[in-house]
Amino acid sequence: MHNYQDIDVGEAQAGVLTIKLNRPEAYNALRTQLLKELAQALDHANDNDAIKAVVITGSDTVFAAGADIKEMASLDAVGVMNDPRPSYWKRIALFPKPIIAAVNGFALGGGCELVMHCDIVIAGDNALFGQPEINLGIIPGAGGTQRLIRTIGKSMAMQLVLSGEFISAEKAQSLGLISEVTIPERSLERATELARKIATKPPIAVRLAKESLLKAYETTLESGLNLERKSFTLLAATQDRNEGIAAFMEKRKPNFTGK
Amino acid sequence: MSYETIEFAISEGIAVLTLNRPDSLNSFNAQMHSEVRSALKEVKKDGSVRCLLLTGNGRGFCAGQDLGDRNVAPGSEAPNLGESIEKNYSPMLRTIRSLEMPVICAVNGVAAGAGANIAFACDIVLAAKSASFIQAFCKIGLIPDCGGTWTLPRLVGPARAMALSLLGDKISAEQAEQWGMIWKSVENESLKAEAMAMAQHFASQPTKGLALIKRAIQASANNTFDEQLDLERDLQTLAGRTDDYREGVSAFIAKRKPAFKGQ
Repeated sequence: MHNYQDIDVGEAQAGVLTIKLNRPEAYNALRTQLLKELAQALDHANDNDAIKAVVITGSDTVFAAGADIKEMASLDAVGVMNDPRPSYWKRIALFPKPIIAAVNGFALGGGCELVMHCDIVIAGDNALFGQPEINLGIIPGAGGTQRLIRTIGKSMAMQLVLSGEFISAEKAQSLGLISEVTIPERSLERATELARKIATKPPIAVRLAKESLLKAYETTLESGLNLERKSFTLLAATQDRNEGIAAFMEKRKPNFTGK
Repeated sequence: MSYETIEFAISEGIAVLTLNRPDSLNSFNAQMHSEVRSALKEVKKDGSVRCLLLTGNGRGFCAGQDLGDRNVAPGSEAPNLGESIEKNYSPMLRTIRSLEMPVICAVNGVAAGAGANIAFACDIVLAAKSASFIQAFCKIGLIPDCGGTWTLPRLVGPARAMALSLLGDKISAEQAEQWGMIWKSVENESLKAEAMAMAQHFASQPTKGLALIKRAIQASANNTFDEQLDLERDLQTLAGRTDDYREGVSAFIAKRKPAFKGQ
């Protein structure tokens, strides 16, 4: 077991690891220590074959309310330049297994950016999303300007980033920022259900599907289709693909081994 | 906390909030807004409260906004009514509707303008026979606020909601009951006693379950049948986890009276 201070990492159950952001006294502000622990926890989850998917959640009322402003205030330009935070964010972004976020309450600034690092987002109907950095004379610094515009389009991304206004879960769903809205009491359950379902799928196919989907953000259609084709071809060499097709033909449940 | 424009007390699981500016028919001024806000905060915070009873002192329930607070002198800048709604009325109505307990409104006299629509935002409305409801807004060039344009069509249908809002006619408590605008009209003398008896009943009931019922009924206004089935599934899951549900079933099987704790 690893010792974490800012996050709670449970035991993997049914292939799913649940990570709870746990700085209630600071509205789960994403200070560097928390980000570092999150990156570490994901690194360990990556090394552990028993873990097939990860759920990230916050509290009943706050997912994460942004960066730690006090900490940010202590850095000058050189300090910001040498800030280790971008390297932690990168590790989170490169985590190859599915991450599902269960969001209740505030997901603001870095919290909203963390949401965008997750692959699937389930939110309670009390969730609020926003990038209020502009109010502090800064801008989103963990990919917010880049991922938001790719996710919800120019006009809405501009409105959020330039005005600092928040949007509701319902609105976030209609914009495609999140996939489902539930009652707040059920968001974690629903995220866990989904994660467990994904955990039963053939892991190599899941991994290549995630990689292929994310590629769409950063490449031309042509090279994205090429990657998809190569991954599709690669899967033809896996035992799980043979097992999946055989089970389908024989009308039985497949038994995937991750090979 | 001591109040001047309202009376407020919590006792035996019941919070009673009484609007107390009888000389102005309990119309809202800035101080009353602030006091109601702070009382509702207490209701929300105090874990012992299982029912809120809202009523008024004197011959009126509430005449809405105190127009004496509005500067409409010629040449002066137009008052920003939207701001007052955003800051005062809307948060109050959102709180009343989202309180996780039954909210009873005992309408003791005229309920005009915002006063009527605050009553309609409560879960159960009892009204004294001498009470009346008026959508007075149209008479001064305004529109029904405090959710009136939303609640009224749902309570009495669009035809009656439209005529009531455009004409500003006074509707008696008995008429309001016949139209389904309120739960019940009662004799003037027995209003307080009936409302209190209902509050006492609620204070002994499975509060969490009642709060979930309130949530489901409210959500139905915007849901399809399928969405509502999904919501019922989710809320019933929560209800099934409450202590009071266990108590209710055990008491039923043992043929005894349940002792609900509201948890």
